[in-house]
Amino acid sequence: MPEPAPLPGTVHISLPAALTALFPGAPRELELDAATVAEALAALDRRFPGMRDRLADSTPRIRRHINIFVDGERASLETPLAPGAEVLVMTAISGG
Amino acid sequence: MPDRLLILLGTKKGCFILEGDHARRSFALRGPYCEAWPISHVIADPATGTIFAGGGNAWFGPAVWKSEDLGVSWTHSSEGLAYEPGEEPIKSVWSLALAPEGTLYAGVEPAGLFASGDRGRSFRHVGGLRAHPSRTHWNPGGAGLILHAIVPHPSDPASLFVAISAAGVFATGDSGVTWEPRNRGTRADFAPEGQRYPEYGQCVHSLVMAAGRPGRLYQQNHCGMYRSDDSGLSWQSIEEGLPSSFGFPAAAHPRDPDTLFFVPLNGAMEGRYVPDGRAAVWRTQDGGAHWRALRRGLPQENAFLGVLRQAMATDTLTPAGVYFGSSSGELFASADEGESWSSIARHLPAIHSVETVFLPD
Repeated sequence: MPEPAPLPGTVHISLPAALTALFPGAPRELELDAATVAEALAALDRRFPGMRDRLADSTPRIRRHINIFVDGERASLETPLAPGAEVLVMTAISGG
Repeated sequence: MPDRLLILLGTKKGCFILEGDHARRSFALRGPYCEAWPISHVIADPATGTIFAGGGNAWFGPAVWKSEDLGVSWTHSSEGLAYEPGEEPIKSVWSLALAPEGTLYAGVEPAGLFASGDRGRSFRHVGGLRAHPSRTHWNPGGAGLILHAIVPHPSDPASLFVAISAAGVFATGDSGVTWEPRNRGTRADFAPEGQRYPEYGQCVHSLVMAAGRPGRLYQQNHCGMYRSDDSGLSWQSIEEGLPSSFGFPAAAHPRDPDTLFFVPLNGAMEGRYVPDGRAAVWRTQDGGAHWRALRRGLPQENAFLGVLRQAMATDTLTPAGVYFGSSSGELFASADEGESWSSIARHLPAIHSVETVFLPD
């Protein structure tokens, strides 16, 4: 029997200033319900339309120069989120 | 409100806007806008003053920015600006064009075309172009596989030309459902002998339409300067008389279909500077039969500057103004069709694109 999909619990999200600058009113810290990183991005997109596109591409995967850490471990879109998880979104080294 | 002339710059680090006085002698610079993202192209709707800026950020991906208050505030969108899952994602928006009936087109890297029917809020893929059987043979040029020029027909909304490096010029007559290459007569010197006039695969650098004569197109190409008088079905070389046929931008006169401006560079592998370190805009007034160098006011020694493919434009005033920006961040302007020049901004980031908009009182 397949594993049941995890139920979304409340998680804590930290967003980088360079991202929130693109979305007037977006806070640096917020809580939302999500069972995976992909669900967290979808929930962010519902609150701030377009935010998912800034963090993940159409492959789909997290953008090359964006890092998302879940409880200190680098994550992918499929990474599960336990209730109470700390999700840290960071900009990586890039530019020129 | 008095008449306003805006010069719109896309740069490596943001969008900038210059506003000129009535005589086009002094210009005030403001910016950077768009959160200092790399911006490839900035255009404006002369009917409304709405400004659109296309670009892509290394962290946050591609987007089209929009300002409805002449640059004071901006929004951005990439809704619908995506290929199917599994395909190489879009890196950047490279070119924008507003068709007369109001559709906003966006050309992207990797090469493809998108259309917005709601003024940049959302986009749909014009999939017919990438469905063309030549697509698997499109090769990236030095800047990537980019759709860098979009030329709408002034009176036929179903007709559109695009330029892709290095795939060549393509045209549609059915709103983008089907496309055909329009490259006959343009060279591909980088191909083996006997294969230098292919149906597609040419490295077109820029594509513009002559004012008032929609069948006339000019193109600057990695391998020559060309004119077409039959909507791109055939091309004739117009490079005789130029110091070099290599360069990037060509800018059409706003009213005279025989007048074209071009900045020759010294060659593809010679540094891509203006020849001999002396800056000049070359102008033809007879459709490319003859060319003349216009140098007055431009640096004539130790000027190792280059000009990128979208970085030259004309305005719509009389006489026409001409503007070009260098990859070293300097903007030059002429208020007399290129006869004399002055530097109107320096120390900017590398200038990717220059466009103008005149907003009458």
